[in-house]
Formats: sequence, C-alpha cells, structure tokens
Amino acid sequence: MKIAVPSPGKDLESDVDSRFGRASGFIVYDTDEKTFIVADNSQNLNAAQGAGIQAAQNVSSTGAGVVIAPSFGPNAFKVLKAAGVKAVTCSAGTVKATIEDYLNGKLSESDAANVEGHW
Amino acid sequence: MRIAVASGKGGTGKTTVAVALSMAVSEKVLYADCDVEEPNGSIFLRPEISRTEKVLVEVPEIDEEKCISCGKCAKFCQFNALVSLGTPPLVFPELCHSCGGCAIVCPTDSISWKKVSIGEITVGSADSGRVSVIQGKLNVGSSLAPPVIRQVKSHIADDILTVIDCPPGTACPVIESLDGADYVLLVTEPTPFGLHDLILAVDTVRVLGMPFSVVINRFDEGDDGVENYCKNEKIHIMAKIPHRRSMAEVYSRGGILFDAIPEMLDLFKSIPQMIERGIEVE
Repeated sequence: MKIAVPSPGKDLESDVDSRFGRASGFIVYDTDEKTFIVADNSQNLNAAQGAGIQAAQNVSSTGAGVVIAPSFGPNAFKVLKAAGVKAVTCSAGTVKATIEDYLNGKLSESDAANVEGHW
Repeated sequence: MRIAVASGKGGTGKTTVAVALSMAVSEKVLYADCDVEEPNGSIFLRPEISRTEKVLVEVPEIDEEKCISCGKCAKFCQFNALVSLGTPPLVFPELCHSCGGCAIVCPTDSISWKKVSIGEITVGSADSGRVSVIQGKLNVGSSLAPPVIRQVKSHIADDILTVIDCPPGTACPVIESLDGADYVLLVTEPTPFGLHDLILAVDTVRVLGMPFSVVINRFDEGDDGVENYCKNEKIHIMAKIPHRRSMAEVYSRGGILFDAIPEMLDLFKSIPQMIERGIEVE
C-alpha cells in the first residue's frame, strides 16, 4: 500500500504541510517495499484556482491508496473520492510519525471535507 | 462618451465619485455599476428597478456513453474545471471559463454545453428618469466577474454619457470594465497606501493607452506623496475632494457628495466638458 503525505521536505523526517492543494510536494511511502518517493506538486503553488483538484489528481497518479493531511477542501475531497483514494486527517508532526500513527490505527478516515474551499 | 472611474486601492471613493458625476451633470446619463462583487451605487442613486435579467455562461456536460475516458479534455483545461481519473471527467462548473477548448480536443464529440447562471443584471432609473442605472451582481460562490461585466456593458448606448463604476484592483474585472471607455478617472487618497496602488493603476491605464487623470479624495488628510507623484509624472489632478466630517455623516445615511460639500458641484458638472476639451496634462 502507498500512503501520500503533503510535505515541503524531501524525507520522512520532514514536517507535514498544513496545506493539501498548495503543498510543494507529497512524500509517498510504500509500506510493502519500505521505500518512499517525493511527488512534485509545485505547479500548484501559483495556480489561480483548482489547486486542490490538481493536487488530488497528482496524488491519485502516484498510485497512493491513502492520503493523510490536516485538511481537505470540498473539491479535493470530491476528486479523491472519485479516484478511490482514502482521505485521512492528521494534526501537525513529521511525515514518519504521521504514517506510523495511521498504521497503528490512531488516525481515521474522513467522510467529508473538513475545511471550506480556499481555506 | 464613456468615463470609467477606477482605482488601485479599494475604499478610495470610486462610487462616491461615479455617483457624484452622474448626479452633477444635467444631461441624460447612464451609470453602469461594474463592481459586480459588491455593487453599491444603487444605495446612493436609489433607482426604480424596471427589470432584471440573468447572466448565463456555458459549462461542459459529458455524454458518458460516448466518452472514452481519454482525459484529453482534462489535460487541456487550464482552469482545473475538468478532472479525468481514467474515467469520464468530473466537472467543476464553478471553475469553468467557458473557453470551449475541451469540446474541441474531445475525439468522440462527447461534450455539449449547459447554461448556468452566474449573476444578475438590474436595469432601472433614478433622478426622475434622467439617470439610467445598470447594475451587475455576481452570484455568491461564482468567481467569474468578467462575463457579468460584459453583460452590464452590453446595455451601454453610444450616444449617451456613461459613467462606469469599476471594481478595485488591476486584474481581469478591472480590465474588462475599462475596455471600451474613452477616459479614466483614477480615485485615490493621500496616503502611502493610496499612492502605492495609484501607481499600479496608472501603470495599468498606461499599458492600455487610455487618457486619464486623478481625483484625490479626503484631500487634506495624509501626506503629499500622491500630489508629488502626479507632479513628477505630469498627471493632471481633476479634483481634490476635501475631508469633512459632514461627508462621512452624509455618506453614512446614503447621501451624495454635494449634500455635504455643495461647492464641489460646479467642478463635477464641468468634468465631461473638460475631458472632451482634452485636459489630460496640465
């Protein structure tokens, strides 16, 4: 299973980005291989609109089945749902700790967007 | 003649100036409220509304039977209004700019158009019929001001003096509002903020090649940065509106400039003639 987490950093010790749509990238961790890649999301930093939609597409194209972030807007949530990617909410922390929390069952799946658009 | 009233900064007094200009002249005038995100000229002009019309734009509708899920439409869309996940695309109509590109790139002709309403135009008249009032209002949740502004402008006739109340800023809605105007009055205030945004607005109208001058509102407050800037740039100052407590009181009750400062009336009356005579640079 692949788990995506928005982060401005390049490794598992980096912090989780509080933004989903306008995160500079996603760290995608493969729980089977115990490896990770950094998926670029930087084209959304200056997007006039639809950053959450594009980011959700980017996450989906990494093959991730789960994405963990502090917040998801309504459009991002709609795309993730259509793509069959589970949206899980977390609080601040490192990417590593966040993924461990999820694997230990401490985080739960979101059934709706938890912030407004343009949050 | 079409006179646009614009500013970089919000809250400088565009509507105050546009309404004052409409009320000062004795000829027939059309006041066009293009500040469609917050149209408020009507608060001061109090028009009698004769009719309203919807502003419709077209957004794509996908025929899922014909769609082969190729994703070309979503890839083409620069506004992220279409998303393809190896499925027929999801449509986010509120992000669509109605450019039509998705239907052109679709290889199976699966995209048709559906009309959605993004705003409303109100048509009315004030001052015993002398002032025609056209107001555009963008729906809450819609982000496309330019189509609403275009529809406001479609009501402008060439043979009538028109005052266009523009939105603040220098982005698309302002450009759309300025397009087709003969002259621009840039309203500012004598503060560092007013000056900063006036410079942006001046840069904008200069790129557009439009003749313009400046109106300084709340004149005797603040600093002399705006005046010095206009002097150095050889920009004509059309009017200086004094800062008076009485103006704030009148404004708070929905009154107009001349209720508080009647001595400004003659100057505003003569603005269209001054513009026609070509006073641009002192």
